[in-house]
Amino acid sequence: MSAVELQGLNVTFTGGTKPVRAVRGVDLGVDRGETVALLGESGSGKSVTLRALLRLNPERKSRIEGSIRVAGQDVMALRGRALEDFRGKVASMIFQEPSLALDPVYTLGAQIAETVVKHEGGSRAAGWARALELFRRVRIPEPERRLNAYPHEMSGGMRQRAMIALALACRPQVLLADEPTTALDATVQIQVLLLLRELQREFGLATIFVTHDIGVAVEVADRIAVMYAGRIVETGPVREIIRNPRHPYTIGLLRARMGHEQRRGARLEAIPGAPPDLSALPPGCAFAPRCRFAEPVCSVQDPAEEAVAPQHLVRCLRSAATLAPAG
Amino acid sequence: MTSPATPLISVTGLARHFAVRRDLLGRPIAVVRAVDGVDFTVRKGETLGIVGESGCGKSTTARLMLKLIEPDAGEIVFDGAEVGGRDLPLKEFRRQAQIVFQDSYASLNPRLTIEASIAFGPQVHGLPARQAVERARALLARVGLEPARFAGRYPHELSGGQRQRVNIARALAFEPRLLVLDEAVSALDKSIEAQVLNLLVDLKEEFGLTYVFISHDLNVVRFMSDRVMVMYLGKVAEIGPADAVFATPRHPYAGALLRSMPSMDPDNRTEEAPISGDPPSPINPPPGCRFHTRCSLAEPVCAQRAPVLGGGDHGVACLMHEAGSGHSRAVGAAA
Amino acid sequence: MSVLTSARPQVVAIEASEGYWRSVLRRFLKDKVAVAAAIVVLAIVLAALFAHWIAPMDPYAGRTFRRLRPIGTEGFPLGTDELGRDMLSRLIVGARMSLLMGVTPVLIAFGIGSVLGIAAGFIGGWFNTAVMRTVDVFYAFPSVLLAVALSGALGAGLGNAMLSLTIVFIPPIVRVAEAVTTQVRARDYVEAARASGASALTIVRVHVLGNVLGPIFVYATSLISVSMILASGLSFLGLGVRPPEPEWGLMLNTLRTAIYVQPWVAALPGLCIFVTSIAFNMFSDGLRSAMDVKA
Repeated sequence: MSAVELQGLNVTFTGGTKPVRAVRGVDLGVDRGETVALLGESGSGKSVTLRALLRLNPERKSRIEGSIRVAGQDVMALRGRALEDFRGKVASMIFQEPSLALDPVYTLGAQIAETVVKHEGGSRAAGWARALELFRRVRIPEPERRLNAYPHEMSGGMRQRAMIALALACRPQVLLADEPTTALDATVQIQVLLLLRELQREFGLATIFVTHDIGVAVEVADRIAVMYAGRIVETGPVREIIRNPRHPYTIGLLRARMGHEQRRGARLEAIPGAPPDLSALPPGCAFAPRCRFAEPVCSVQDPAEEAVAPQHLVRCLRSAATLAPAG
Repeated sequence: MTSPATPLISVTGLARHFAVRRDLLGRPIAVVRAVDGVDFTVRKGETLGIVGESGCGKSTTARLMLKLIEPDAGEIVFDGAEVGGRDLPLKEFRRQAQIVFQDSYASLNPRLTIEASIAFGPQVHGLPARQAVERARALLARVGLEPARFAGRYPHELSGGQRQRVNIARALAFEPRLLVLDEAVSALDKSIEAQVLNLLVDLKEEFGLTYVFISHDLNVVRFMSDRVMVMYLGKVAEIGPADAVFATPRHPYAGALLRSMPSMDPDNRTEEAPISGDPPSPINPPPGCRFHTRCSLAEPVCAQRAPVLGGGDHGVACLMHEAGSGHSRAVGAAA
Repeated sequence: MSVLTSARPQVVAIEASEGYWRSVLRRFLKDKVAVAAAIVVLAIVLAALFAHWIAPMDPYAGRTFRRLRPIGTEGFPLGTDELGRDMLSRLIVGARMSLLMGVTPVLIAFGIGSVLGIAAGFIGGWFNTAVMRTVDVFYAFPSVLLAVALSGALGAGLGNAMLSLTIVFIPPIVRVAEAVTTQVRARDYVEAARASGASALTIVRVHVLGNVLGPIFVYATSLISVSMILASGLSFLGLGVRPPEPEWGLMLNTLRTAIYVQPWVAALPGLCIFVTSIAFNMFSDGLRSAMDVKA
């Protein structure tokens, strides 16, 4: 059984004047010990999907439909204390900004110890011992001293390591990562990515890693799910997505990326236009207005999911045309 | 005076320190050496890329060279004339050297329409309002925003990519020769970023511009730049032709930075981080070579002696490339 | 440079965007509480302006034989005061003085405080230090105490009361103006304007004023209620308006002896002060959220 099982997830934000359909029918399964990268641009619904797994979206201003099962629990049915226990103990989250997760007025050691005591009971000393062990695990230098430090006294990379330690404090089964390395410098980012990869293997975590950077996805993930306008448009093993992308949006993203082979000053193959307004989506495929493979049928018919290779699913009516992309 | 060979801008000994804490008498206790003795030139028509991590001083360098921040020391010469001197008053320099910032929203006055924002600059320099507005509309069309639809709008009604196009038009309205792009595409989504980069490449040719392109994204810098300057903690570590720097980096930091880029090959993922630890704070930076605390090739001499930028066209500031520096790997110690 | 120089006298119809103030109005009208508050404020202002036409009786004419009649007495819907004057008429006419003392000091302080605060925020450096530390001195005293002390020192009277209130309100407005200006000054568009070579005066005029006056004004409107209460307080102490002129604070004072005889009548001026200041506060709250562009 999958550690994470999303079926028909819809998230609509109803706070504004018009309802915003942030996530539109996402199905996603993640196994134990597997890392899936949710790849997409701002407004693609990748973070909203991730937050839905912990029910972190503002409940009064959003409508959530579909089924969310994490480690066998029906997340939609969790209430009060059960939800609190679920967050952190079964599934925990790391953010782009550690300041969202770390409390500025407590030392890091105190925060981790408190979390351990809250979820698992036991003594404070045991909590501290766990915190120290975790600090060693995430390779924070001088862990004894750093446990007594406040978040602002640490550098960005160390803060991020501390947040990872906090997220793993109660040995969750599922780790949700929301662009955890985006704000970091390049030389620090790669260290944190490698650390996450290592911990994920060691703890056998099911991980969902939200990112906008294909390179980061390649470094950490087993599978990639590409999101566009609230929907997963293509999903498959990393190799498949990188070498045989079949959705025109994925193809566009890979081509727009400046790699080694890109000649300086040559024109980049940019995807024209901009993502659609999620409160006024066009009929048919949401990518059709920007798609160079689009045909009239694309703006009428909603593409269904289609398997183009084992485990490689694409939502595109023109997937036959993208097999050997022209150019 | 100004032959094509004269550098468009040349900077020598640029430095700026900020006091971050002061004692009761207002004397600084801690000083950020944001930029600490930086020399470089930008040739006419080229793009100089500046890369480095947070705190390396790349953005401060941009603001110093445009005199948006007053340097503590250093000389800035623009096309043979000293900036602020008799031949090049500050106001005229500012017309000729413009900047585009990262935050497209904060760069535009929320109370002004798009066209008013673009027309503001030329008006400062004496263009009558009507002509300034005409120029604004022509430029909007040039950056791909239909004037009839966009001229009368306010910044919050545009998307990030559209606003950055407006900011580029705003800078171009001065008819500048130098355009500094300070992380100008960093906040944009990848698909939009490619569009704006294409636009920048086209505009450079069309208007005969010279770019200083600052970014933390090495792929983008590589794509845009003729020459690249790598900065570390307020100093230049390496500067040279983009191809040479990317293919055969000479400074250990430049090499580590390049190897830190995520691999795009699923069968060849990064297995070991090129360097460990975070960049040190620019408050009281390490003595000697500032990189020695993280450098795998560092020797005791690196903590004592500060390297000097040398090596001609592909310059590097590293004791391993300084003859007789005392580093065991120093080139030609005997020669 | 073809794009720039080719003179194309082409007339394009520019799609006019909704202007800023129009969008503020639209957002404000959606806020029911703020609109209700605005209607109350408007009603009070109109009542004050046309007081002598609206007031059913002469607010100064009293008769000892009809002193302290209760609310609902025939001919005196809100009763009479301790000298037998019609309460309704006195409250309506009293709105004029109360509003005058509530609004005028704030307006003058808004003018002076904005100039000082914006200058301090924009110029920065030693000028900022000089202005802000001077302002801090005033913060050492509670505003009520400061108003009373200044009024007492200057001597009783309407003008002096308003002058002392103005002095009380300048420091907080300077503080807000300085904070907002410092914020705006750090924005990239101000930096871009500096990079354009524009003079400081031009930058302030085009880029700073439009972005700071709104928030300062909103803050100032929230001070009107405070000013009304302080003004009433001064009158209550005999430092503001003199009898027999009707003013809410003064009325509250003179009626306090009647609190056991006609408690409801005695409470009326207080109720007026309360309602008016609440209305001003809710109005300025609504204005503040309506002026937030990104909302």
